[in-house]
Amino acid sequence: MGQSISVRDLEAWYGSHKTLKGIHMDIALNNVTAIIGPSGCGKSTFVRCINRMHETMPGTKVKGEIILDGVSIYDQDPVALRKRVGMVFQKPNPFPSMSIYDNVVAGVKLNGMTQKHKLQAIAEKSLRMAALWDEVKDRLNYSGMSLSGGQQQRLCIARALAVEPSVLLMDEPASALDPIATMHIEELIRQLKADYTILIVTHNMQQAARIADSTAFFLNGELVEHGPTSDIFTNPSDKRTEDYISGRFG
Amino acid sequence: MNDRLRNYRNWMMLSVFTIATIIALIPLFGVLSYVVKNGISALSLQFFTNLPKAMGLSGGGMANAIVGTLIMVLIASLLGIPIGILAAIYLTEYDRHSWLSVGVRFATDVLTGIPSIIVGIVIYTAVVLKMGNFSALAGGLALSIIMIPLIIRSTEEMLKLVSHSIREAGYALGISKGKTILRIILPTAAKGIITGAMLAVARVAGETAPLLFTALGNQYWARSLNEPMASLPVQIFQYATSPYKEWHQQAWAGSLVLISLVIILNLSARFAFRSRSN
Repeated sequence: MGQSISVRDLEAWYGSHKTLKGIHMDIALNNVTAIIGPSGCGKSTFVRCINRMHETMPGTKVKGEIILDGVSIYDQDPVALRKRVGMVFQKPNPFPSMSIYDNVVAGVKLNGMTQKHKLQAIAEKSLRMAALWDEVKDRLNYSGMSLSGGQQQRLCIARALAVEPSVLLMDEPASALDPIATMHIEELIRQLKADYTILIVTHNMQQAARIADSTAFFLNGELVEHGPTSDIFTNPSDKRTEDYISGRFG
Repeated sequence: MNDRLRNYRNWMMLSVFTIATIIALIPLFGVLSYVVKNGISALSLQFFTNLPKAMGLSGGGMANAIVGTLIMVLIASLLGIPIGILAAIYLTEYDRHSWLSVGVRFATDVLTGIPSIIVGIVIYTAVVLKMGNFSALAGGLALSIIMIPLIIRSTEEMLKLVSHSIREAGYALGISKGKTILRIILPTAAKGIITGAMLAVARVAGETAPLLFTALGNQYWARSLNEPMASLPVQIFQYATSPYKEWHQQAWAGSLVLISLVIILNLSARFAFRSRSN
């Protein structure tokens, strides 16, 4: 099992506020890695650095190195990088002007694929992977906004999968959803890890314990501890991790 | 006791609001009904098909003025809508905070409030005097200058309504910024942008002052865009200020046509907006 992502000395700023203070982290291939920590600890910023979304905000700055499959992401074109590193956001954000079908194929279609039968195959495959196909197969040309919140989020996952990335970043993907929709998404993540390297930011420690192979605890822009999920939750080596997971703060 | 006082006050205030609303509506319906009452009797098929006739001859129309207004509004739209929308895209998507954007935004605010006759005089000096004649092109240009700030402002507001998360969703799929704007953000804001453009078109369709100095007016068909061209507002102005009763009648009919045109544009703009919110 190779190292899929290596993060070295990663520092990030919002204006003058330093949100990441030198992160060292190795993320394994075909694993689910959960990023936990209290609000404002830099966990969202961390995943947004991996597909270089952090830099799209005005006034931001990044330093350090992230190596993806042996190549620095900063030596790559960000637009090309994002085809390999997909992202699912906290709030479902389907494109309002597009149908369910157009939402799923947006990434491939707007990047030049025009063959209809290929697009249809991609749409079906992605929607099946996102466990949404059976619910929407009869209304693919309905607006993406006509779906429920949980369905919209699975639509966004299907949309990210359609581009065939190798890494999937998920920034609190279930925090806006009800428990049943959350269960669907978690089941999905368990199935997806066979083909994808998944990083999931979560506020919910039970969720991290349920789905993640390894867990990283962030605090005040630093990586406090990173290890197998069972170790982090049962036998943390750092006092601060123990305090956080036992609910003493955060 | 307290409740009764509160109910009484409530009723008083509601009455005040209702009366104020009715007072505000009186001029609107007054103008509309007056124009319809006076215009409808002079309106005939000939009014839409014939050229103006000399004083004393019956059966004159405003065909050239109706077509002239449509042509000059079209010229203004062809210039003003693309420039306005593209500038708004620059201001919202590419450069929100630089001195250029702040300057352009300030200038559009000032231009929106500027009396339209000043635009007419500027185009008269800069274009009509240079070219040596009044023309439909100069008229269309003057109207487009009134249009551009309106369209920049309305388009900017509509683009700002598109949530940032939609832009991020596009970037996160490896879609370039240009394509994200063109294929995702613009379609999302399209109905609002079209509504704004239609309202701007309706606004310039009724402009008189900028055309007086630029397109001038014409009793006949203009043979090219480089000739003076008739327009409804200018024709109405000339007929209404003439001493002849028949021409006054024609001016009323012209007003009715112009007001109908503007109302149709306004209503279709609002209709487009309503179907967006559903």
